[in-house]
Amino acid sequence: MPAISFQSVSKVYAASGKPGSRPLQALDNVSFDIEEGEFFGLLGPNGAGKTTLISILAGLARASAGRVLVHGFDVQADYAQARRHLGIVPQELVFDPFFTVREALRFQSGYFGLHGNGDWIDELLAGLGLLDKAGANMRQLSGGMKRRVLVAQALVHKPPVIVLDEPTAGVDVELRQTLWQFVANLNRQGHTVLLTTHYLEEAEALCQRIAMLKQGRVIALERTSTLLANATANVLHFKTDSALPGPLAVQARVTGRIVELPAHDPAEIERHLAALREAAVAVEDIEIRKADLEDVFIQLMAGQGADAPAAVEVAR
Amino acid sequence: MKQASALAPRLQAAPATNDGWKMLLKKEVLRFWRVAFQTIAAPVLTAVLYLMIFGHVLSGRVEVYPGVGYVAFLVPGLVMMSVLQNAFANSASSLVQSKIMGNLVFQLLTPLSAWHWFVAYVGAAVARGLVVGLGVYLVTLLYAPPRAAAPLWIVVFALLGAGLMGVLGLLAGLWADKFDQMATFQNFIVMPMTFLAGVFYSIHSLPGVWQGLSHLNPFFYMIDGFRYGFFGVSDVSPWLSLAIAGGSLLVLAALTQHLLKTGYKLRS
Repeated sequence: MPAISFQSVSKVYAASGKPGSRPLQALDNVSFDIEEGEFFGLLGPNGAGKTTLISILAGLARASAGRVLVHGFDVQADYAQARRHLGIVPQELVFDPFFTVREALRFQSGYFGLHGNGDWIDELLAGLGLLDKAGANMRQLSGGMKRRVLVAQALVHKPPVIVLDEPTAGVDVELRQTLWQFVANLNRQGHTVLLTTHYLEEAEALCQRIAMLKQGRVIALERTSTLLANATANVLHFKTDSALPGPLAVQARVTGRIVELPAHDPAEIERHLAALREAAVAVEDIEIRKADLEDVFIQLMAGQGADAPAAVEVAR
Repeated sequence: MKQASALAPRLQAAPATNDGWKMLLKKEVLRFWRVAFQTIAAPVLTAVLYLMIFGHVLSGRVEVYPGVGYVAFLVPGLVMMSVLQNAFANSASSLVQSKIMGNLVFQLLTPLSAWHWFVAYVGAAVARGLVVGLGVYLVTLLYAPPRAAAPLWIVVFALLGAGLMGVLGLLAGLWADKFDQMATFQNFIVMPMTFLAGVFYSIHSLPGVWQGLSHLNPFFYMIDGFRYGFFGVSDVSPWLSLAIAGGSLLVLAALTQHLLKTGYKLRS
């Protein structure tokens, strides 16, 4: 039985009623399963439908069509059981200003009908480096500490499935590293992890399988290694202050002075260099590197229209 | 952060107990208790100021019921007004605040049912209403001797009034998206209906039209029935007040349950 099963999920938000507003199709027939014990990445640009899909999974939104199961429990028809199996770390840094860290965890535990699990709360506090903050009011914590409390709140009822919705947005490097170490360990111990993130190097490093969404549709569903293997093999990387010739400008990814050009083989690299010489473009710090998930992501997002079939989608 | 290996997570989901509402009720009660100066002491002081000012101005000039001085008449009305306003304020402000701050998500992610939400929010509202009402009553003992012609009616109407206003507060909290809307509800609906419900006067002293309008105000029946418990005298039969207040509670409770079940303004 899959840990999570999205079955033909669609979501249409009704028009706001303001002049010119139209219904918005946020998700269009999304179907895929996440197996028990997987570390799964859900990627896509802003507005692709990631948060809507997570919201439907969490019961914060209702699907217009289709259904979602968590360990076989329908998130609408059998919401109580589904939610007992699910721990969600929300994207926003939200907290209740009236209470301390320990109280917040006790309350969360109690909402699930769990009582007397102080030992587990202590373990969580220790594991997340929050023991010395247990008696502190939530208002007194830094952003990083609040993020750790959110993780603890998601785990307080011992859910087998953990969902992290952009957990490292705005988090410093040290906390990001330790958070991933923590979550990766939970995954090694058998927890299923569903991650959405804008940091593609994180997804590449952590996720065994990845789904990419664009305009509410799945345009890629692959093992991470397969996605990388199928991608353009190399990237020509250099710096320049000059404008690129037309044919190269179309395919280049430019960040300030840095230019990256995809290249399938050495001959294509040579053609790129020849075009640069011919256009008298002065370049420096030339490197050739292997394509990473970011290259795959950009390639797919650029190449797949919303109406195109999910060409990269394969059965597991 | 310690090495994650220090943790040994259990892979089974939490056992399927169904008493999460108790913790939500506890949290809601603690929420107002933590700021008791604002949520309990302040409304008690306000009610006592009303008693001092109106009592000073009108004492000896008005006798609403035979043998009942104005200050004594005022006490049950002020107690009930405090019960009603604070029960409303508790559920409404708690829900709106959680919606605006975003921390309502912690409850939305749990197995708590619509009924659990209802019991916890209304239960805490009743608790605050009764605590404030008791506080007001205790202070008014300094101004008027205690009277309780029919104590059971006092208890029944206190519970009924606090419950009804707790439900109304929950409704307002579900509807309001910002504090402005909540304040509008409180200032333009709850406050006028409370003040025009016979807290400071008997509706028999009003002209015919206003008497008729007062009979359309459900708050009037809660205050009148509550006052009957103190003096054994009221503007209308306490049974009629019980029927109207109880009926209003049932209608509002059914509507609130429906909205909670459908996730009105909670789940998109």
